[in-house]
Amino acid sequence: MAEQTTADNETYYVPEQSKLAICMAIAVAIMVVGVGDGINSLNPKFADVANPNGWMIFYTGLGCFILTLFSWFRVTIIEEKQGLNSPQLKHSYVLGMQWFIFSEVMFFACFFGVLFYARNLSVPWLAGEGDGALTNEYLWSGFEYSWPLVSTPQETVGIANQVIANNGEFTSAREVVDPWHIPLINTILLVISSVTVHFAHSALKANKRKAFNNWLAISLLLGFTFVGFQIYEYYEAYTHLGLTLESGIYGSTFFILTGFHGFHVCMGGIMLAVQWLRSISRGDFTPEEHFGFEASSWYWHFVDVVWLGLFLFVYII
Amino acid sequence: MGDHHHGPKKGIMRWILTTNHKDIGTLYLWFSFAMFLTGGAFAMIIRAELFQPGLQLIEPEFFNQMTTMHGLIMVFGAIMPAFVGLANWLIPMMIGAPDMALPRMNNLSFWLLPFAFAVLLSSLFMEGGAPNFGWTFYAPLSTTYAPPSVTFFIFGVHVMGASSIMGSINIIATVMNMRAPGMTYMKMPMFVWTWLITAFLLVAVMPVLAGAVTMMLMDIHFGTSFFSAAGGGDPVLFQHIFWFFGHPEVYIIILPAFGVVSQIIPAFSRKPLFGYDSMVYATASIAFLSFIVWAHHMYTVGMPLAGELFFMYATMLIAAPTGVKVFNWIATMYRGAITFETPMLFSIAFVFLFTIGGLSGVMLAMAPVDFQYHDSYFVVAHFHYTMVAGAIFSMSAAVYFWLPKWTGRMYNETMGKAHFWISFIGFNITFFPQHFVGLAGMPRRIPDYALQFADFNMISSCGAFLYGASQLFFLYNVIHCIVAGKKTEKAKVWDGAEGLEWTVPSPAPYHTFTTPPTVK
Amino acid sequence: EEAQRWQTNLAPGVTEVGQKVYDLHMDIFILCIVIAVVVFSVMFYALIAHRKSTGRTASQFHENTKVEIVWTIIPCIILIAMAFPATKTLIEVYDTSDSELDIMITGYQWKWKYEYLNDSGETVSFFSSLTTPQREINNEDAKGEHYLLEVDEPMVIPVGKKVRFLVTAADVIHAWWVPALAVKRDAIPGFVNEAWTKPLEVGVYRGQCAELCGRDHGFMPIVVKVVEQDEYDSWLAGKQQESAKLKELMAQTFTLDEMVARGESVYNSQCMACHGDQGQGGVGKAIAGSAIAMGDISQHLDVVINGVPGTAMQAFGNQLNDLDAAAVTTYQRNAWGNNMGDTVQAIDVYNAKKGQ
Ligand code: HEA
Ligand code: HEA
Ligand code: CUA
Ligand SMILES: [Cu+2]
Repeated sequence: MAEQTTADNETYYVPEQSKLAICMAIAVAIMVVGVGDGINSLNPKFADVANPNGWMIFYTGLGCFILTLFSWFRVTIIEEKQGLNSPQLKHSYVLGMQWFIFSEVMFFACFFGVLFYARNLSVPWLAGEGDGALTNEYLWSGFEYSWPLVSTPQETVGIANQVIANNGEFTSAREVVDPWHIPLINTILLVISSVTVHFAHSALKANKRKAFNNWLAISLLLGFTFVGFQIYEYYEAYTHLGLTLESGIYGSTFFILTGFHGFHVCMGGIMLAVQWLRSISRGDFTPEEHFGFEASSWYWHFVDVVWLGLFLFVYII
Repeated sequence: MGDHHHGPKKGIMRWILTTNHKDIGTLYLWFSFAMFLTGGAFAMIIRAELFQPGLQLIEPEFFNQMTTMHGLIMVFGAIMPAFVGLANWLIPMMIGAPDMALPRMNNLSFWLLPFAFAVLLSSLFMEGGAPNFGWTFYAPLSTTYAPPSVTFFIFGVHVMGASSIMGSINIIATVMNMRAPGMTYMKMPMFVWTWLITAFLLVAVMPVLAGAVTMMLMDIHFGTSFFSAAGGGDPVLFQHIFWFFGHPEVYIIILPAFGVVSQIIPAFSRKPLFGYDSMVYATASIAFLSFIVWAHHMYTVGMPLAGELFFMYATMLIAAPTGVKVFNWIATMYRGAITFETPMLFSIAFVFLFTIGGLSGVMLAMAPVDFQYHDSYFVVAHFHYTMVAGAIFSMSAAVYFWLPKWTGRMYNETMGKAHFWISFIGFNITFFPQHFVGLAGMPRRIPDYALQFADFNMISSCGAFLYGASQLFFLYNVIHCIVAGKKTEKAKVWDGAEGLEWTVPSPAPYHTFTTPPTVK
Repeated sequence: EEAQRWQTNLAPGVTEVGQKVYDLHMDIFILCIVIAVVVFSVMFYALIAHRKSTGRTASQFHENTKVEIVWTIIPCIILIAMAFPATKTLIEVYDTSDSELDIMITGYQWKWKYEYLNDSGETVSFFSSLTTPQREINNEDAKGEHYLLEVDEPMVIPVGKKVRFLVTAADVIHAWWVPALAVKRDAIPGFVNEAWTKPLEVGVYRGQCAELCGRDHGFMPIVVKVVEQDEYDSWLAGKQQESAKLKELMAQTFTLDEMVARGESVYNSQCMACHGDQGQGGVGKAIAGSAIAMGDISQHLDVVINGVPGTAMQAFGNQLNDLDAAAVTTYQRNAWGNNMGDTVQAIDVYNAKKGQ
C-alpha cells in the first residue's frame, strides 16, 4: 500500500461530536425489545408471556432507525460536499465497505455450509449411509436418501413413532422449484443488472450523466423484477408445491438461503435507488467522486455473485 | 485545522456524543469492568452454591442460568470490550494517527453494547427466567426446550455481534489506512499487529455466530428443522457452526492479550522484543489454524474417525506457534535488566499461568483422552487458566502499565503489588484444584456433586472469594489513582518503554498526532 | 468404582482401553510437566539472574534465526511423537466390531433407558433414575455414601464380554459417562452413536450425565453392575420373567386401591420432579386440583401418553408400560384431594394408544 503523505493526515476530518450514534443505538434497542415480544407473541408456546404490543414497539424503533440512518448519510454527504473528506478519509470508507462485504460473505458462507452439511452428511447418515447404519436401523428405518427429500425422516416412521419428542411437524415438499423457469430468468435478470450497473459506472466516469441515470434505472428495474419473481416463487412454493419452512431440512435451507439473499437484494436495491434519486434530483456525483454509488455497486455485484452460488447449489444441483 | 486542538466538552453529553477515540476507549473500559463485576458476581453465586454438597442457596434451574450468564457476560461483556477499549485508546497513539478511521461508527459500536447487555441481563427477570442452556447454547436445549427469553437472547447476540463487526472494521481501517509516514507494517508495535489479526478473525466469525442464532430463531418460531433429525437436520450441526465461531473466539480473546504482554515485557526487561518477525508470523499462523480446529470441542459427539483425527492433529499444531511466542517472551527477558513493577508481575504471571493452561489444552487435544476429560472440571480449569490468567491478568497488566498515560497520575505501587499477589494466590487456589476434581470425574455445569469432590470444591470456593475480593481491591486502586495518585508529567513514564504513545505528554492530550509524527 | 476423596488423577478403570487411555494421559501429562519445567527454569533463571537490581545493563540482542528455527522444530517433533500413540488408541476406541452384547441407551430428561438388544426371550428394557432422596439433597437428612450416584435399576453387564452401547436421546443432548469403563458418548436425539467397553473386573461402577441437559442435569447418574456371567444370566432371566409377568398383569383388572398404590411409586419416580411431591406443580403445572386431572379421562390420558407438544411435558406413551401409565393416571385422579374415584386400566391405555 502506498505510504500516506503528511498533508493527508493533517486534514483527516474527525467530527467533533455527534448525536447520530446514540440515536441509532437507542433505535436498535427499541427494535430489539419490540421484535422479541413480537415474535414471541406469534408463538403459541410463548404468547401468554409476551407483551402484545411487541410489533408496535418494533415499528417505532424501525422508524427511528430509518430516520437516523437517513440523517447519518445526509451528514456524510454534506461533509463530502463541504470538502472535509480528504483522500485518506475516503480510503477509510473504501476499506470499511470492503470489510463489511467480507463479513456478509461469511454470513452466507455459514448457510452454504449448512446446506453442504445437510446434503452430504446429516441426511445420508439418517438414511443409513456412512456411519449412520444404526441410526437408520433403530430410529428412522425406511428413510432413504434423496435431495430434495422425498419424505422427511419423521414422515417415514410416522410422527407418533419417532423417538424424539415434541419437536414439530415436518412434511416434505410435494414438488420443488424448477430451476429452468423462474430461477433461470432471475439469474439472467441479476447478471444483466450487474452488467448494467457496471455500464452506469463507466458512464459516470466518462461524465455522461444521462447515460448514468438511465443505466442505473434499468439496473433497478431489473433488480426489483427479480424481487417480484422471487415473491411469486414463494407464493407458488407455499400454495402449489407444498414447499414451506416446515418441509424438513430442504425447506429450511431453501428458504434461509433464498430468503436472506432476497433481503440483501432489497437492501442493495434501496441503496442503488437512493443513489439514483441523488443523481436525478440533485445532480450528485462527479466522474471522480461518487463513493456512495460505487459502494452500492460493489454491494450489488456481491449480491449477484451470491445468487450464482444459490442458483447452482440450491436450484440446479 | 485549528478546531482540532480544543479539549473535550463538559458534562455527560461529552461521553454520549463523543467521537474521540480516547473517550470511547474509556467508555469501553468502564463498561467492561462493570460487566466483569457482574459476571464475577454470578461466579461468586456459582462458587457459593458449590461450596458444599447439597443444594443450599439456589435452585438447579437458577444455577444453570448463572452458569450461562457468567460465561456469556465474561466472554462477550467483559473481555472483548475490555480489549476493544485498549485498542481504541492505544492503536491511534501507537501508529501516530489523529483518531480512529471512522469515529462516528466507533461511537455506535460502543453504544450498542450497553443496550445489548441490558436486554440480556433483563432476561433474568423475565417469565421463565434467563437463558439456561450454557454459554455454548447447544440445540435442542436452546431451541425446542428454551425459555421465552431465548428470543431476546438471540437478538441481543445479533446486536452485540454488529457492534463487534463495526468495531473490528474500524480497527482494520485504522491500521491499514492511518499509520504515520514511515510506520510500515513491520514497524508496528506488536499490540497493533495482534489487534489487526484479531479484528480480521472477528469480521470472519461474528457473522457465522449471527447465522447460528438466526437458525435457532427459525427453529424455535418458524418451524424449520436445522437442528432436528426428524426433518433431516442435526443437533450436531449447531455445534459445528457454534465452534466454527467459538474456537476463533478464544483466540480473539487471547491474541490482544499476547499483544499487551509483548509491549510490557520488553519495557521492564529494558530490551527490545525478541523475534519480532516470528511473533508476527506466529500470530498469523495461530489465526489461520484457529479456523480448522473447531471440532476439538466435539470429540464425543460421534464424528467419523477421519474427522476426529484431522481435528486432533490440527489442534496439536497450534502448540507450535504459541510456543514460539512463549519462547520469544522468555528470550526477551533473558539477559535484560529486569524490574518487577506491577504490570511486569502480571505479565510474568501471564506467561507462567497461560503456559499451564496451554499445556492442559494440549492434553485436551488428545482425542482418546479427551473422552475422559470432556465436560469435566478439567476443562473448566483449562479455560480459566487461559482466560482469567491469560486475558484478565493481561488486562490488569495493561491497566497498570498505561494508567499513568491515561490519567497523568501514578497508581500506588504497593497497592498494585498487593493486588497482584492476592490475585495470583486466589486464582491458583480457585482453579488449580479444579484440575483434580475434573480428573476424578466431576462433570461441569452441575449445582450439586458427590461427596468425594467436597474437599477440593470447598478450597476452590475459598480461593474464588479471595480472588473476587482482590478484584474489588483493583477497582479501588484504579479509582485511587485517578483521584489521588501522584501526578506525573513525564511523557515516558517507564524508562524502558518504547513507542509513540510514550512521546506524548501524560495524561495524553485530548487530541494527539493531529500532525503525524515521522517514524524513522 | 467411584472417585476417592482427595483423588487428584484419572483412574485407569477396569478395561484394557481404559488402561491405555490412562497410560496415554500419563505420558502426555509427564511430557507437559517436562516442557513446563524446562521452559519455566529458563524463565525463572532469567528473572533471578538478570534483575536490574544486580546492577546489570540489558544486552540488546533481539533475534537469532537459528534459535528460532530450533524452537519451532522441536515442539513439532514432540507433537508428532504424541500423535502416534493418540492415533492408535483412538482407533481402538472407535473399534466397535464383534460385540457380544448390544445395549441401547436412551437419554431422557432426566433418566436413562436401557434396552438389551440381542438376547433371546422377552426384551428387557427399563428406566434407571436417581434414588437419592430429596431430603438429602436439601440437607435435611445426612447424605448417604453414594449420594447422587445411586439409581433404582442399574445396568447389569457380564464381566469379560465386549459390550456395545448404542447411545441416543429422546429430547435434548445427554452424554453417557462412566469413567471406570472409559466410555463417554454424547446421546444425540435422532442419531445413534456407538461406544463399547469390556470390563475385566466385577464391581459397581458409577458415572453421570456429562452434557448439560436442563434443570436436573446434575441429577441423572449412571450405575453399572459388572457381574459374573451366571449371575448375569439369572438377572436377565429374572428381568425377562418380570416383563412376561407384566404382560400378564396388563391383561388383568385392578381395584382402585391397587392402582393408586402402584401409581404412587410411578408418580414419585417419573412425575414428581416437575409436578411436585404434592402435585402442587413446579416446572410442570399443578396436578392437584387441575382441570385435566379432574376432567375427562380420555383427555387426561392423552396428555400422559402424548405429552404437550412444545412444552417440557413429555410423551410418556413410550416411556411407561400401559399398566404404569394407567396406574399413574389413576393416582393423579385420586391423590391430594383429586377425589375422582375412577380407575384407569391398562386396557384403556392400550385402546387410547391404538385409537390414534
Ligand atoms: C483464551 C482462551 C483459550 C485459549 C488460548 C485456549 C488454547 C487452547 N485450547 Fe482451549 N478452551 C477454551 C479457551 C481457550 N483455549 C475454552 C473457553 C474452552 C471450553 C469451552 C466450553 O466448552 O465452554 C476450551 C476448551 C478446549 C478444548 C475442548 C475440551 C473439551 O471440552 O473436551 C480443547 C481440546 O482440544 C482445547 C485445546 C486448546 C489448545 C490445544 C490450546 C492451545 O492454543 C494452547 C497452546 C499453548 C501451549 C501449548 C503452551 C505454550 C507452548 C509451549 C511452551 C511450547 C511447547 C509445547 C508443546 C510441544 C506441547 N481447549
Ligand atoms: C473470560 C472469561 C471468564 C472469567 C474472567 C471467569 C471468571 C471466573 N469464573 Fe468462569 N467461566 C467462563 C468464563 C470466565 N470465567 C466460561 C465461558 C464458563 C463456562 C460457562 C458454561 O458452562 O456455559 C465459566 C464457568 C465457570 C464455572 C463452572 C460453572 C459450571 O460448570 O457450572 C466456575 C465454577 O467455579 C467458574 C468460576 C469463575 C470464577 C470464580 C471466576 C473469577 O475469576 C471471577 C472473579 C471476579 C469477581 C468475583 C468480580 C468482583 C467481585 C464482586 C462483584 C464482589 C462480590 C464478591 C466478593 C466480595 C467475594 N466459571
Ligand atoms: Cu442428561 Cu445432562
Ligand atoms: Cu477450542
